[in-house]
Amino acid sequence: MATEAKVDPMHQFTIEPLFGTDHWSIAGFNVAFTNSALWMLISAVVLYAFMLGGMKRELVPGRWQMMVESMTGFIEDMLAANVGKEGRKYLPYVFSLFMFILFANLLGLLPLGLVGIHPFTFTSHFTATGVLAILSFAIVLVVGFWKHGFHFFSLFVPHGTPLPMIPLIFVIELVSFLVRPFSLGLRLFVAMMAGHVLLEVLSSFVIGGANAGAFFMGLVSIPSFILMVAICALEILVAGIQAYVFALLTSLYINDAEHLH
Amino acid sequence: MPQISQLAATYSSQIFWMLVIFGAVFFLVGRGMAPRVIETMEGRDQKIAADLAAAEAARRAADAEDEAWRAQASKQRGEAQAVIAAAKAEAAKATEVRLGTAGAGADARVAEAEARIAAAREGALAEIETVAADAAADIAARVAGLTVAADAARAAVKDVLHG
Repeated sequence: MATEAKVDPMHQFTIEPLFGTDHWSIAGFNVAFTNSALWMLISAVVLYAFMLGGMKRELVPGRWQMMVESMTGFIEDMLAANVGKEGRKYLPYVFSLFMFILFANLLGLLPLGLVGIHPFTFTSHFTATGVLAILSFAIVLVVGFWKHGFHFFSLFVPHGTPLPMIPLIFVIELVSFLVRPFSLGLRLFVAMMAGHVLLEVLSSFVIGGANAGAFFMGLVSIPSFILMVAICALEILVAGIQAYVFALLTSLYINDAEHLH
Repeated sequence: MPQISQLAATYSSQIFWMLVIFGAVFFLVGRGMAPRVIETMEGRDQKIAADLAAAEAARRAADAEDEAWRAQASKQRGEAQAVIAAAKAEAAKATEVRLGTAGAGADARVAEAEARIAAAREGALAEIETVAADAAADIAARVAGLTVAADAARAAVKDVLHG
């Protein structure tokens, strides 16, 4: 890519099958092991390794155990604050969700291109984030109907709604409820994709400016490079924030299902 | 945009691997590890709370013990002071009694001595009178050749001495 004059900022999102392209299929659906699946696996393995440090279960924790405990404590506090004491049983799901997205986002930002490995951020694909969003939404639906039955529909009629307004409010609330899985999945996908595209576009400015001579290098490349450094810091922040937002919204939706209004 | 242009070719693989790998993460990390980490944290919190409660109880017990000790010490001090006061009073009384006895003995001996002195003086005076009367009678006999009766001499001497 560096040899090409033009840098394609979307190329980084291309899914490349690694193996199993032709014959790996279930019920006719192709399930080839791609670079996306590879980075899901890497995120899972790194997350597992990270969590192993928290399994020493010492009374006085070391640094690593402290990090793991601050992560679990963070999710536990979030669930306690948003769902209450019933939030405890969703800890495994919300914690897995938060840590898996966080590790995926952060690993996708690693500058491994320097050593020839191209990190792939699978959270920049709505096929991946959509699965997580639909999972969260399905849990909300299952919990809501399991606990409240058809009374769950009262979620769409806030308390104190005047009688003539009920049909209209019901439709509006229903639509806003049904939009949740889309907003949940798209938010993460758009945020990750936008950040990676921005970095790629700025890096193409740096390379293009440098190729166009010393004048353009000073005019374009150096300011772009400084901006890139700042945006890299911002992207690390966004990686954490988007994982947090995903987990937070999931816990808020679970709260709706647990307690209605 | 590969997300859309590759959608038809890759969606099944993406969904399949996401479910498989996130499922593994959920069961291994979410269900296997996170609750145990939380358990460890709760165990530690409980231990700290228990230790703090034990320390508080120990402090209270020490305070109570200190209070009891103080009360006992002040009681014992009071008792000791009472014993000292009683001993002092007793000693003073004994001293008084002994002083009284000793004083009485001394008084009696003084009176006796005074009586003896008075008697001695009386005796001495009488002797002087006799000696003086004898001497006067002698002198009168030798000088004037008078014979003076002993009684007269004594009366004359008495007159001169006491005169």
